[in-house]
Amino acid sequence: MANEKLIQKGLEAKARLEERAKSGFGDTSGARAKVYGCNSTSCRSAGGESVIDSFNQAVDANELSDQVRIVPTGCMGLCAKGPLVKVVIDGMEDQMFKEVEPMVARLIVAEYITPVLEGKISELPEFLKQYTLDLNSPFFASQQKIVLQNLGHINPESIDDYVDFGGYQALKKCLFEMSPQDVVNEIKESGLRGRGGGGFPTGLKWQFSHDAEGDEKFVICNGDEGDPGAYMDSGVLEGDPHAVIEGMLIAGYAQRATSGWLYIRAEYPLAIKRIENAIRQARKNRLLGDNILGSDFSFDLEVRLGAGAFVCGEETALIASIEGKRGTPRPRPPYPTESGLWKQPSSINNVETFANIAKIINMGAKEYSKIGTDKSKGTKVFALTGRVRNGGLVEVPMGMTLDEIVNQVGGGVDGDAELKAVQTGGPSGGVIPKHLLDLPVCYDELKAVGSIMGSGGMIVMDEDDSLVDIAKFYLGFTVEESCGKCAPCRIGGQQMLDKLTKIAAGDGKKQDVTDIKRIAHAMQKASLCGLGQTAPNPVLSTLKFFESEYTDKIKECCGGCACSCNKNEAAK
Amino acid sequence: MANSSPNSGTAMAVKKWKKKRGSLIMALHEIQDIKGYVPWEDAQEVAVGMGVPLARIYEVLTFYNYFKLEAPGKAVISVCLGTACHLKGNDEVLKEFEKELGVKEGTSTEDKLFHLQSVRCVGCCGLAPVVVINGKTYGKVTPSNVRSMIEEWQNNFANETDVA
Amino acid sequence: MTEMVKAIIDGVEIEVEKGTTILDAARKVNIDIPTLCKHPDVEASAACGICVVKIEGRPNMVRSCCTPLDNGMNVITKDPEIIGVRRTVIELILSNHPNECLTCMRSGHCELQDLASEFGMRETNLPSLVKKKEKDESTKAIVLDPSKCVHCGRCVEVCQNQQNVHALSFLGRGLPTQIAAAGGIDLADSPCIKCGQCSAHCPTGAITEYDETQKVWDMIMENEDHVVVQIAPAVRVAIGEEFGYPIGTNLTGKLYSALRMMGFDKVFDTNFGADLTIMEEGSEFVQRFTKGTAPLPLVTSCCPAWVDLMEKYHPDMIENFSTCKSPHEMVGALTKTYYAEKMGIDPAKIKVVSIMPCTAKKYEISRDDSMSSSGFQDVDVVLTTRELARMIKQAGIKFRDLEEVEADNPLGEYTGAGTIFGYTGGVMTAALRSAYALITNEELPDDVIDFKPIAGLEGVKEAEVEIQGKTVKIAVAHGTGNVEKVMEKVRSARENGEEPPYHFIEVMACRGGCVAGGGQPRVISSDVPRPRGINDEIRMRRAKGLMGEDKDAKLRRSHQNPSISKLYDDYLDAPLSKKSHELLHTHYVARSTYKR
Ligand SMILES: Cc1cc2nc3c(=O)[nH]c(=O)nc-3n(C[C@H](O)[C@H](O)[C@H](O)COP(=O)(O)O)c2cc1C
Ligand code: SF4
Ligand code: SF4
Ligand code: SF4
Ligand code: SF4
Ligand code: SF4
Ligand code: SF4
Ligand code: SF4
Ligand code: FES
Ligand code: FES
Ligand code: FES
Ligand code: FES
Repeated sequence: MANEKLIQKGLEAKARLEERAKSGFGDTSGARAKVYGCNSTSCRSAGGESVIDSFNQAVDANELSDQVRIVPTGCMGLCAKGPLVKVVIDGMEDQMFKEVEPMVARLIVAEYITPVLEGKISELPEFLKQYTLDLNSPFFASQQKIVLQNLGHINPESIDDYVDFGGYQALKKCLFEMSPQDVVNEIKESGLRGRGGGGFPTGLKWQFSHDAEGDEKFVICNGDEGDPGAYMDSGVLEGDPHAVIEGMLIAGYAQRATSGWLYIRAEYPLAIKRIENAIRQARKNRLLGDNILGSDFSFDLEVRLGAGAFVCGEETALIASIEGKRGTPRPRPPYPTESGLWKQPSSINNVETFANIAKIINMGAKEYSKIGTDKSKGTKVFALTGRVRNGGLVEVPMGMTLDEIVNQVGGGVDGDAELKAVQTGGPSGGVIPKHLLDLPVCYDELKAVGSIMGSGGMIVMDEDDSLVDIAKFYLGFTVEESCGKCAPCRIGGQQMLDKLTKIAAGDGKKQDVTDIKRIAHAMQKASLCGLGQTAPNPVLSTLKFFESEYTDKIKECCGGCACSCNKNEAAK
Repeated sequence: MANSSPNSGTAMAVKKWKKKRGSLIMALHEIQDIKGYVPWEDAQEVAVGMGVPLARIYEVLTFYNYFKLEAPGKAVISVCLGTACHLKGNDEVLKEFEKELGVKEGTSTEDKLFHLQSVRCVGCCGLAPVVVINGKTYGKVTPSNVRSMIEEWQNNFANETDVA
Repeated sequence: MTEMVKAIIDGVEIEVEKGTTILDAARKVNIDIPTLCKHPDVEASAACGICVVKIEGRPNMVRSCCTPLDNGMNVITKDPEIIGVRRTVIELILSNHPNECLTCMRSGHCELQDLASEFGMRETNLPSLVKKKEKDESTKAIVLDPSKCVHCGRCVEVCQNQQNVHALSFLGRGLPTQIAAAGGIDLADSPCIKCGQCSAHCPTGAITEYDETQKVWDMIMENEDHVVVQIAPAVRVAIGEEFGYPIGTNLTGKLYSALRMMGFDKVFDTNFGADLTIMEEGSEFVQRFTKGTAPLPLVTSCCPAWVDLMEKYHPDMIENFSTCKSPHEMVGALTKTYYAEKMGIDPAKIKVVSIMPCTAKKYEISRDDSMSSSGFQDVDVVLTTRELARMIKQAGIKFRDLEEVEADNPLGEYTGAGTIFGYTGGVMTAALRSAYALITNEELPDDVIDFKPIAGLEGVKEAEVEIQGKTVKIAVAHGTGNVEKVMEKVRSARENGEEPPYHFIEVMACRGGCVAGGGQPRVISSDVPRPRGINDEIRMRRAKGLMGEDKDAKLRRSHQNPSISKLYDDYLDAPLSKKSHELLHTHYVARSTYKR
């Protein structure tokens, strides 16, 4: 009985989606001017919230509410210049303002928006130009936004906004026009690979899980985002939470799952708030729960928080953590797709991976797979930070070279020093020296030079940065974050770190470098999980490309040979 | 323990989460949100209420950085030591806090006004170096800002007691 | 039909059951892969990384202890790179381990020491990371020295999941991770039941027995003292491992010799006490079963770890508990009363030392007042089998050359029923032999005397016995992790007002019973393959050593023990008499799991 009612309501919701599709997507407010104010963590910290308030007040004060729509949005990318505000007025060129303060907001309304709407001016007043950013600059122009498509356009706290921009159409298509296997096939065909770091083919993972049998089956979203200094996933969760939910729903349908779990870093309060809000809205709109959109697919989501452990990004540790245990990895096999959460088949994907799903369904696998390179399809979001002029969240097609990302999108080094290297893959990755920067960004190319794509952290370093220091920084991080379960990582990491510290302090011996390499090798080969296996990467890659930075610091003769090099002489 | 029913928040957290799966960490989060840390008695209450052995609860509490076993200072100062902030020199800011407050990272001042800790990225790398104090984010911090940040919070607390 | 998989290990083709680990499969073709953290009793924790091997076509090495062999795998278990990695890992472990072999209780029997010596570890460039941590000796039964811990996780797995006690846990993470009770409190303030299974499974000297050998030497040295020693059933079939005997060899006679040579004044046998326990407990059962004097089921109480667990976790079962003390406590009480009177010795001068397979017995002797029923503490010191072996070695006794002698009277004579107390199901078997006789006045026929259904290593064993047309339903549980279900069944029947599911329940805290107690030898013997440590085969071989003695015994029923009859005639009157109650019985109280 109850179900019939639910189905009825679901079908009504479905009808609303269909209705929405007919009229074409986009803003429906009819407002002549729109103010998009970044309301994501970084800009909020820089005062973004009060900027949005000021806009609202100013618009109210000028009685323009029906003509101007103020949209608090997700991250617009150039966080370093936040708070960012984009003003779109019919018939005018779009304007992007940087470092906006409440005062400036009032001026924008009073001196730009109002007079334009009143037909008094048709150009941006000169004095406001100091606050604008060039939307035609490579930072904006050479990005390709698929995952971040909605960021900067919709209010992440409004499901209506998401639906207006085409949201949940892909879900509807899957539920009513495709079988679960069709969906799996579509994802396989798209060539999508996991954005969490490993780059495992998503369709293949879904196939395993689709084929697995269990009393229950789970889809898990990995929002632990442990890379210290990267915030792609928080950007997506804060800026477009429904995209993640829709991705998980489609994943759940395709894998015949019974429920979904979102594991999010506790350090992301805003992301948590927004996703929880989005889940509530989705439930209300019959997009979560029993008989979704009136179909016989039932699925709901639960949010679980991390508690400050990088290793919980590793799949088996994440599962242990949700189960309420210490987040220590366990050996695989069995793989989570056979036996995961509560020993039931579970498949885990990254936030960004999920955010790609609805887009793939909407544009079709064929179209999607045209983006990117042969083996790496689609786009990748990076958190571009460090010594770079345009630091922020960027999305580029796979295959774009590092040089283009850093020098065009990123605008090159911030300051006078020369660019030295780029670090990708966070604590599991490595440095790529300047002479290799024409490398295209794709999983395999980066691996070939000793780094990894990783989840999207990209740190730019200049000549003043010490690579021994950066290696020490990352190793210090992994040592602190080692779960301590297995000996190679628990002890090896500390021994390497001690030796590195010694070298950095100028007390190192040549033997220390030899020892570091030997321990690194054992860690890579004998550590239980990815954390330990990859922890030596930052050290090994800096040693590979910048060994002299290490040996320069080794002043003392090791006395290990009878040669008569300078150092030996000096020692005598 | 000034509160008349000191464990009521804990009892509620237990009640809310005990029937749900995968909820131990969530319940502990809730307790810490209320109390600032997870006291021994509350951990025992969770053990009994949720049917999880106390040993397992402490395994969890001591594994995850986020949980505190001791009451922290009133203002929790989180200095970001993520990559971006490290590169831009936040280590120096941390040192300055340690010097100014006279405490080591991970501990609280004797007057229990401040707790100093480091965190790894709060998602505002664009504003690096970043410090968060009780939820308020400070971007592009330099060691010379430290003094005034401390004073700001000292004043906040002074005003509070004035009112009370 | 079980599915088989075919693969190649070091060039040798092999076919094994699906699910077999590479480690086990390799052993089948005589390839020994070194291990450290893996233990046969517990699921692989995959902690150490010593057992790594290569699988052709895979970039990383895999852990052989927890990776199942799969069809078509080409496994390489040794090449210079693999050996190099293993060496480095051992070197790393040693760099975080104190160099204390010379003074370590585990020396000579240590899995880490053995590994290091096997790999010929010599010098190292790695500075020591050891941070001396405080030992936890609070239980006075086991000692936890976290500095010697290699984080294999066996103890935690055993304490939490096999014993279901949850006293031990991991504290912290990363390098500073430590094995400790919740919140780092003393083990004595935790729910620890002192079973010592953690120490039985520890590969190193990180968890050992609380050593009291010096205390005993001092007693022996003290001329004034009359020092009496007794040995538990399970000791005789395990001590041999310390002296190169095959596992399970029964060495009762030589043990008595050794104890005399060490200078003990009298050598008694706990088996006598076991026979006596049967008389008391059997009578208790008969009373409850035939007259309904107290609720059923009756639950055995000779295992102090189980008693502790019951008082902490199942206090609602107190009235189901047999009030009988454990056998060695009975012997202790009688030594300081019956024997003292008989010999005219001042009981204040008598010292009783019990040699036990068990660490919990160290706790038991001062558990409460009833452990001092003689007016003095009935048993003064408990030594484990391991401690005794050390003392024999210290004394320079050539154990293998000893003559076999008899124990002393009047507390040394025993029947086969007393012997079999040492393994799971033994107490029940012995009790039924006598209960049958007490109820029917007839002897249980020899061909059914062994109670096969309760003999093996199944966690919970159930059987039904017909006695005079009535069915006696029994259950035997061992390893405290298996107790919960049995108690739950009893509890739910009680709550629903139903007939109890069982009439008589035997519980032993250690898997396999005392033969695998927490104080038994942990010798690395060449006939125990990797992964090393106590396993079911060792348990069974030790148990068989006891069964053999029972089979060959002239008397196999406790009530047939002439010394027991004499004791009742001369001193106690009858089972469950007032005097028996005073000396041989105890009582229980609910205890809190945490003291803080
Ligand atoms: C130490 C460690 C940390 C990880 N952290 C994350 C993380 O923060 N976020 C993430 O999505 N994946 C992380 N991963 C990768 C995940 O284990 C897993 O491969 C991924 O979530 C799968 O999703 P994908 O296929 O969509 O990338 C981590 C892996 C390791 C070994
Ligand atoms: S590699 Fe490190 S993080 Fe991973 S299981 Fe081993 S100790 Fe834990
Ligand atoms: S001179 Fe020889 S001994 Fe000295 S540092 Fe160079 S290699 Fe070592
Ligand atoms: S535990 Fe083993 S290796 Fe360590 S000191 Fe003792 S005997 Fe030596
Ligand atoms: S083995 Fe070595 S360290 Fe030990 S006692 Fe003999 S010589 Fe000394
Ligand atoms: S003695 Fe038994 S209960 Fe105590 S810590 Fe060891 S295994 Fe756990
Ligand atoms: S105490 Fe022993 S058994 Fe427990 S983890 Fe340490 S080494 Fe392993
Ligand atoms: S089973 Fe035996 S050895 Fe184990 S705790 Fe009980 S009495 Fe001691
Ligand atoms: S947070 Fe506002 S632009 Fe990134
Ligand atoms: S590194 Fe400090 S906020 Fe990201
Ligand atoms: S990892 Fe296999 S024996 Fe330790
Ligand atoms: S009770 Fe004595 S051997 Fe078990």
